[in-house]
Amino acid sequence: MKTLQEIAEIRKNKREELDLRVNLKASTKEKHILVCHGTGCTSSKSPDIIENFKKSIRDNNVDNVKVIQTGCFGLCAKGPIVIIRPEDVFYSLVKPEDCEEIVKTHLIEGKLVERLLCKEINDSTVKRLDELNFYKKQKRIALKNCGVIDPENIDEYIAFDGYKAIEKCLFELTPDEIINTIKESGLRGRGGAGFPTGKKWEFTKMAKGDQKYIVCNADEGDPGAFMDRSILEGDPHCVVEAMMIAGYSVGANKGYIYVRAEYPIAVQRFQTAINQAKGYGILGKNIFGTDFSFDLEIRLGAGAFVCGEETALLESIEGRRGQPRLKPPFPANSGLWRKPTLINNVETYANITRIILNGAKWYASIGTENSKGTKVFALGGNVVNTGLVEVPMGTTLREIVYDIGGGIPNGRKFKAAQTGGPSGGCIPLEHLDTPIDYESLAQIGSMMGSGGLIVMDDSKCMVNIAKFYLEFTVDESCGKCTPCRIGTKRMQEILQKICDGKGEKDDLEKLEKLANNIKRASLCGLGQTAPNPVLSTLKYFREEYTAHIRDKFCPAGECKALANVRIDSTKCKGCGICKKNCPVGAISRRNKTAT
Amino acid sequence: MAEENYINLTIDGTQVKTKEGMTILEAAKSVGIDIPTLCFLKDINEVGDCRMCIVEVEGRKGFATSCIQKVEEGMIIHTHSPAVLEARRVILDLILSNHHKDCLTCSRSGNCELQNLAIKFNVQNIEYTGKQSEHTIDDLSPSIVRDFNKCILCRRCIATCKNVQKIGAIDCMNRGFDSCISTVNNQSLRDVNCTNCGQCIEACPTGALREKDNTDEVWKALKDEKKYVIVQTAPAVRVALGEEFRYANRYKCNRKNGNGS
Ligand SMILES: Cc1cc2nc3c(=O)[nH]c(=O)nc-3n(C[C@H](O)[C@H](O)[C@H](O)COP(=O)(O)O)c2cc1C
Ligand code: SF4
Ligand code: SF4
Repeated sequence: MKTLQEIAEIRKNKREELDLRVNLKASTKEKHILVCHGTGCTSSKSPDIIENFKKSIRDNNVDNVKVIQTGCFGLCAKGPIVIIRPEDVFYSLVKPEDCEEIVKTHLIEGKLVERLLCKEINDSTVKRLDELNFYKKQKRIALKNCGVIDPENIDEYIAFDGYKAIEKCLFELTPDEIINTIKESGLRGRGGAGFPTGKKWEFTKMAKGDQKYIVCNADEGDPGAFMDRSILEGDPHCVVEAMMIAGYSVGANKGYIYVRAEYPIAVQRFQTAINQAKGYGILGKNIFGTDFSFDLEIRLGAGAFVCGEETALLESIEGRRGQPRLKPPFPANSGLWRKPTLINNVETYANITRIILNGAKWYASIGTENSKGTKVFALGGNVVNTGLVEVPMGTTLREIVYDIGGGIPNGRKFKAAQTGGPSGGCIPLEHLDTPIDYESLAQIGSMMGSGGLIVMDDSKCMVNIAKFYLEFTVDESCGKCTPCRIGTKRMQEILQKICDGKGEKDDLEKLEKLANNIKRASLCGLGQTAPNPVLSTLKYFREEYTAHIRDKFCPAGECKALANVRIDSTKCKGCGICKKNCPVGAISRRNKTAT
Repeated sequence: MAEENYINLTIDGTQVKTKEGMTILEAAKSVGIDIPTLCFLKDINEVGDCRMCIVEVEGRKGFATSCIQKVEEGMIIHTHSPAVLEARRVILDLILSNHHKDCLTCSRSGNCELQNLAIKFNVQNIEYTGKQSEHTIDDLSPSIVRDFNKCILCRRCIATCKNVQKIGAIDCMNRGFDSCISTVNNQSLRDVNCTNCGQCIEACPTGALREKDNTDEVWKALKDEKKYVIVQTAPAVRVALGEEFRYANRYKCNRKNGNGS
């Protein structure tokens, strides 16, 4: 148990100690080797890197150097990443066997390990972390602590203003004032739909009920998305604190976080965070001597996409089959065990403490008119810098793909960007200058979604892409309602037919009619958005569909059934090499030419 | 009753005044407008799965589920707009596309809610054909035959078994297109805690659940000179007989409560 005063002392002392993490000119003899310990870098052996650094430091008797595991730095394409502070030297693609060299050359001799320095993509110059184009246009609010602090050390969180926001809320603000602040900040839900967060808190506060609950949605099921995972892995305490603030604001004393079991590191870090917060008396009964009590528990999801839908998630927490409930009533009125429940996404919560500490005005000054703040994206696909990026709302797709993402690799051309995962759409070149905000994305047939952003080059067949997303929804539909259960299957069958070269003239019309009806008639958001990838590709790449159907031709050359190899008979010498090598005996020999 | 307990709304152009707490379906019915339903069983299965009862509410994105959603002041509802009719037709088409359509030999032919809807919607052909689910028929139970090739996943049987009979012998298994009604470990109904009450059959809108037909055995026994044949009626049979003679059934949860027929 710690008193407020003790926590303030930890904050002050630890902050001084950690100054070198954020201050290039920090006057200290110490050095910190920060090693990314997120899921991506962990699978590329970052735990071994940490061990090797420690061993090498011991073996070489180097003083004043600490090895720290941190959350994700963002530039996952270059992982595992090692950063040495305060000088802010950025080593990329580090292997466990490189540690000895870094210790000897960098720490002992004071020279850079040139071959491991992170280079700018296009001009190969060596840059410091924050000078890289990848970071220049980013603004880190939700990811503020990711890659800066050790997520398993509560003192490091406290050092960077941790648990100061809850203190401010408990002693200086009334629940209504907090809710007003959130409302004025303009924060909207980052889980996909973009519902105004302050309003949701207000509804939950106003709902009648003796018991209320706070829930955090960390199910994150979109293919290619890992924003929420990275936040939980890199800064779990900020979600704990935000859930406490939410609890105090709406009058709830119990919270659940629903995390998918496929995120073992996130689960373990979050549990550690809960334990540490309890140990300090920050979570539990009569927090800081007030009459506010709050308890937090983790619930594991088994990886069904539909369990990310808030009402299915609630069903799952209650121990039933994860199927959506009909809304209304909304969870704010009838949620967990039919009690008023506030449910927000991880990234939504990750913004809360910053808003409380920096004020609504500050937050509202970032972003666009109706979409405030920043949004984290998991940038993936055919782009040079894959990774985790956080940009102010209003940044254009072009800036993300080209300035931050470094453009399309292998000399290929940009074809489309997919946002919103299986619920979103494919955005073509002509809309590349669309500013990222909820309304603009919806206007062009996509959606913000939770933050998956997949870039596709011109080798991708858009019919095939649409089919891929449909296959995902067919697999993930819960099967409760007819349009989604049978309708998405039928859509997928038509798309398969088209890719197989068996498409018929009226298939596109049938597909569109079915898609529009599934969208409008399905019970939950999954079915209501499942046709979006098909509708958006039909809108922007219709000629590609037509080519498949009318000409039996796949322009991108991806659909195998439509691959058509021709032999130029004027050039063929009849050598027969192709016949000899064809694994399926597709070539026969007649006179001089192969056919 | 105080004035504030009434709600004013417009259904298909007609001003309607209804009691607060009524569903859109009930409000429409009160002015003679029939909205088709399939999965709905009042007080027993109010889940909004089949989507047949969808209606348009002005100013709302997507359709409203009329069997569950309550009326609200000032609502302007369209129960038979072109968009609604098209969606219902597509939904019906989808259900039929995954249904064994051997109506001629089906025990429920002529008394089937799905068949009645197909007739009502003038379904002449099925637009969205595709893969059909394949299920083996479970006829091991002494009294209930389950043919899920005709199941439309309305879940009325589950709700009846769980909520009315308080048994819970059946539930939904698998996901998406592969969803099906099942028992623990997908065993035969014979091998689980089914009490053979037969209420699920009563709840089923289609021929997916039916009684085992023992007529042949009865004839055989009657013809057997060495056998003395007596009749013993179970309580359920007595209720059924009573119903035939138009006695009221207090525990009624049968198909006549859903409409659509
Ligand atoms: C099929 C489906 C999947 C969803 N998956 C997630 C998810 O993984 N994480 C999430 O936060 N929200 C997800 N949502 C959105 C939630 O239903 C809900 O809107 C959100 O958690 C609310 O939080 P917010 O207001 O902070 O965005 C999903 C919605 C649907 C329809
Ligand atoms: S839309 Fe799909 S996922 Fe949602 S309830 Fe219907 S079947 Fe389930
Ligand atoms: S068996 Fe009958 S009652 Fe049960 S879900 Fe299928 S169609 Fe509905």
